[in-house]
Amino acid sequence: MIALRLALGIGLLFIVSLIIFGATELLPGDLAQQILGQGATPETLAALREQLGLNDPAPVRYWNWLSGALTGDFGVSLSNGRPISELIGARLGNTVFLALYAAALAVPISLILGILAALWRNSIFDRAANAGALTAISFPEFFVAYILVLWLAQTGLFPSMVRINPTTTFGDRIYMTFLPALTLTLVVTAHMMRMTRAAIINLMASPYIEMARLKGLSPLRIVLRHALPNALAPIINVIALNLAYLITGVVVVEVVFVYPGLGQLMVDAVSNRDIAVVQAVALIFAGAYVALNLIADVLSTITNPRLMHRR
Amino acid sequence: MGFATSVLLGLAGLFALAWVLRAGARSILTGQSRSIANDIPLTAAFGLLVIAIYAAVAIAAPALAPFPEREIVGGQFQAWSAEHLLGTDRIGRDMLSRLIYGARNTVGIAFATTALAFVVGSILGLWAALTGGWLDQVLSRFVDALMSIPALIFSLLLLTIFGTSVLTLILVIAAVDATRVFRLARAVAQGIVVMDYIEAAKLRGEGAWFLIRREILPNAMAPLVAEFGLRFCFVFLTISSLSFLGLGIKPPTADWGSMVRDNATLITFGDVTPLLPAGCIALLTVAVNFVVDWQLHRASGLKES
Amino acid sequence: MKTPRIPAMPMTRRGVMQSAAAVTAAGLILPHSAMPARAQTRGGTFRVGIGHGSTTDSLDPGLWENLYVQTFAACRHNYLIEVGSDGQLVPEIAESWDTTDGSTWVFTIRQGVTFHSGKDVTAEDVVASINHHRGDDSTSVVKPLLAAITDVRADGNTVVVTLEAPNADLPYLMTDYHIPVMPGMDGRIDPASTDGCGGYIVESFEHGVQSTVTRNPNYWKSDRAWFDRVELVSILDPAARLNALITGEVHLIDQVDPATIGMLESRGVARILSIPGNAHYGFPMDSRQAPYDDNNVRLALKYALDREAMVDVILGGHGAVSNDNPIGPANRYFNTEMEMKTYDPDRARFHLREAGLDSLDVTIAVADAAFSGAVDAGAMFSETARAAGINLEVNRVPNDGYWSNVWLNPNGDTPFCATYWGGRAVEDHMFTTAYAAGADWNEGHWSNDRFNELLVAARSEVDESLRREMYMEMQQIVSFEGSTIIPMYNNYVMAVANDIATPEQISANWNFDGFRCVERWWMA
Repeated sequence: MIALRLALGIGLLFIVSLIIFGATELLPGDLAQQILGQGATPETLAALREQLGLNDPAPVRYWNWLSGALTGDFGVSLSNGRPISELIGARLGNTVFLALYAAALAVPISLILGILAALWRNSIFDRAANAGALTAISFPEFFVAYILVLWLAQTGLFPSMVRINPTTTFGDRIYMTFLPALTLTLVVTAHMMRMTRAAIINLMASPYIEMARLKGLSPLRIVLRHALPNALAPIINVIALNLAYLITGVVVVEVVFVYPGLGQLMVDAVSNRDIAVVQAVALIFAGAYVALNLIADVLSTITNPRLMHRR
Repeated sequence: MGFATSVLLGLAGLFALAWVLRAGARSILTGQSRSIANDIPLTAAFGLLVIAIYAAVAIAAPALAPFPEREIVGGQFQAWSAEHLLGTDRIGRDMLSRLIYGARNTVGIAFATTALAFVVGSILGLWAALTGGWLDQVLSRFVDALMSIPALIFSLLLLTIFGTSVLTLILVIAAVDATRVFRLARAVAQGIVVMDYIEAAKLRGEGAWFLIRREILPNAMAPLVAEFGLRFCFVFLTISSLSFLGLGIKPPTADWGSMVRDNATLITFGDVTPLLPAGCIALLTVAVNFVVDWQLHRASGLKES
Repeated sequence: MKTPRIPAMPMTRRGVMQSAAAVTAAGLILPHSAMPARAQTRGGTFRVGIGHGSTTDSLDPGLWENLYVQTFAACRHNYLIEVGSDGQLVPEIAESWDTTDGSTWVFTIRQGVTFHSGKDVTAEDVVASINHHRGDDSTSVVKPLLAAITDVRADGNTVVVTLEAPNADLPYLMTDYHIPVMPGMDGRIDPASTDGCGGYIVESFEHGVQSTVTRNPNYWKSDRAWFDRVELVSILDPAARLNALITGEVHLIDQVDPATIGMLESRGVARILSIPGNAHYGFPMDSRQAPYDDNNVRLALKYALDREAMVDVILGGHGAVSNDNPIGPANRYFNTEMEMKTYDPDRARFHLREAGLDSLDVTIAVADAAFSGAVDAGAMFSETARAAGINLEVNRVPNDGYWSNVWLNPNGDTPFCATYWGGRAVEDHMFTTAYAAGADWNEGHWSNDRFNELLVAARSEVDESLRREMYMEMQQIVSFEGSTIIPMYNNYVMAVANDIATPEQISANWNFDGFRCVERWWMA
């Protein structure tokens, strides 16, 4: 079952690489024009295209890229000649660090809030937590970030931008990336919290919960011991989706906090038509998405024995 | 903090108005509607009231707005005054008028986008679940591939290729959203298609379209409606994020997402101007989801409060 | 050969400069917090936040194009000749230069200067550095600029440059930021090297993120490069740049949002430097295409926009109105005698009638990639044009790919768009690049026989007053018959923290004190 999923995942990466290649081919303008920008003349364009090998037909270029990628060689960035593995290496680390940091804040918060909201459903607390979370997600990310900077950085509590280098200690990193992580926390919490609440409440009308209630168990115990384990599958799925978002979708937060992550790299590469970089980052993103979904499915199956014996 | 106080007062006023209207409805209405009015929580009444106000503003925008949408009527960033109640924007257009027209444009675009995404996404999703087999596999794998590309970056790619007219904006965001809807619809429908009544209908010889429309959709409605509420509001955010990356709605059309972006630097100095369009989006998001929650609650049949 | 003098700060010009006079003064005479700017001090770390830079930036000097790489280059490189704060040419690696006929130029190379690697700077290095931008396989963006050079050779400690026709302005071309002196090897430079002979040595860099340089202990200039260390950070988001300055993360930022300048100043943490130069914003029209092939239509559009309002709103007052003139107030032969075009709907209607039209429907393609505020400027243009019977639709196009797909109308569907020019120190450079018939960057695809004739004649004219007259007439032609609407000159607006001291005069030649802030400024 897992082997099949893995095979499907690899097939999916292949489709993604085709889609991305096709889309970048359709983009108006090419790498040579982007590099030369306002300085492009027909003569320099031709010389640069020749240098970069842009004159080959599209299928040839795709094949060149694919055969390299299959042997683990993603090539060099076309626009500045640096090896892609080097370009991506540090940024991938940064992206994963920020995603995990935000998840470490957001997952416990949303689980606790969601459980409490389900426990005290329709109370003032429930409504207030719900309205608060909805308000937080209805502001654009950059706006949330600006407000946090206004409150927490201009007062001197936290730095307004992230300046990390290889010598930064772990503690400093935690401190410096707090604002971006908090921004992302505010962005993803509502979704997970609402799902937790809904999944638990969905079960509250089940006969076995009724039974537990009649036995006189405390509401907290009913929610934690009886409802939650059965509600885990949808919750895990939504956590996986949000983790995937934290890895792939945070370009705006990266820009605001000057955080060198993969999102900014991808946007830069798209606007420069640097297709080798675009492909590599897209594959990392797609890979993260596939892996997280796979893990979520496995975990849901483990937490729910009935799913394990379904077939 | 005059601004914060007035916002709080405004919200309290809306709640009070919602409470009064609900009380009024309870005493006037009879029968079925009466029982709904009795059942409706205050938050949902508040949500309905806000949605009604937004709809009214959107429809009556030209009558309500003191100035035309695009006309430059004053200096840059004028303060709030009797003439310009909420001041002027970056190039001297009346802020209040832009907000009012923004209701029409933004809500219209968001609604069109979400509706399109739901029609396409849920029909395909239900169809895939119902038919199964290779069709399901092909569609699902394709949607998986699209979903694994970050939405914002994918939209950026598509908009750069196809241009940024309002129509392409709607189509592109709807296409990206539809993948999410497809996944949800398919997941929900998979639980339904194995039910006996579907089998029975199939044996009766009903076609796929009938099955989707009359048998599956009604039973899959609740989660789809919940998703609709959130997706609807996310369209504003998508437009806003796109304008952050230099795409988005064309001027001089007023739209809240772009208005947040245009004025965002002011928040650095604690100026409240960018909070106005952002607040409009937030209020609508909360209102829509209050109503959605109430509908879900009714659909779940859980009678306790 | 005497070096022509550029009046860098024409503060008291009438007419065109009026609206900007107050600002200009503010930019020049620094607020008292910065005074007294006397004894320079050594030391400190200077951090600069720049609204440019991309992960795909290149080290190849022939491909440099944004303020980030430009400033990074100024840290580590020297040039043959520098443009001084007052606009005069200052010898740098070229100790002196001379010509007898304007066609053959001899640059004497300064002795005793070393690269960071320890190698001496020689004439051969200079030849290799120039040749990087010449030849068939060169991809340099300044290749057209140096196209008139027929030969470059080293002769002892001099470099001899031969031109196909006399050009009095060659020394100015040698100041171009693309042509740093880099170490040569077999007649070629290594375009991926960061070695230079400038005031700072590269310690680390990551494009699109940050670069760190430390002071070059062997720098030949004793009165320059005051900081121990300079860090350049790429901060693309305007609000993030402001926040970085306010919270003290950086000392200097560029592109301050005009709307926030007042609020920033009242914070008291930083001061605004607003430097008028020759940079300008414009709207080129493709003169090959109807209706823009009719000069009356072009004139109608020129009278249909409110230049004063644009300077106030788009530039926040940090600039001056332009009379559709690409030659700016910092140029030698700036024409102030021309009749000033103002917003005049009646006049615009008159020109429309002359063109045989009652009304006009046109579309302008804009993106903020052209210049910051271009979309707003388009909306303002559209509003004022309506009163003149011109229905100007604003088509906002993606930033992405703007310069390759929209500008210059390559697909034939964007005959009217927005543009930005950094301006040029000499008139010929500007006109030859963007107004000469058939020039690659002739964005209006415009051709005027009288203009083209004057352009060639003026290049080698030695009589100063005749030359002036020719350039005056050329400006008149461009302004009233040209195909680019130029509503405003934009100042270089930067915000600098109070703990940085700046000289009394800031260069008007390019941003950041001619990119040389890293060399010329110091810790207060």
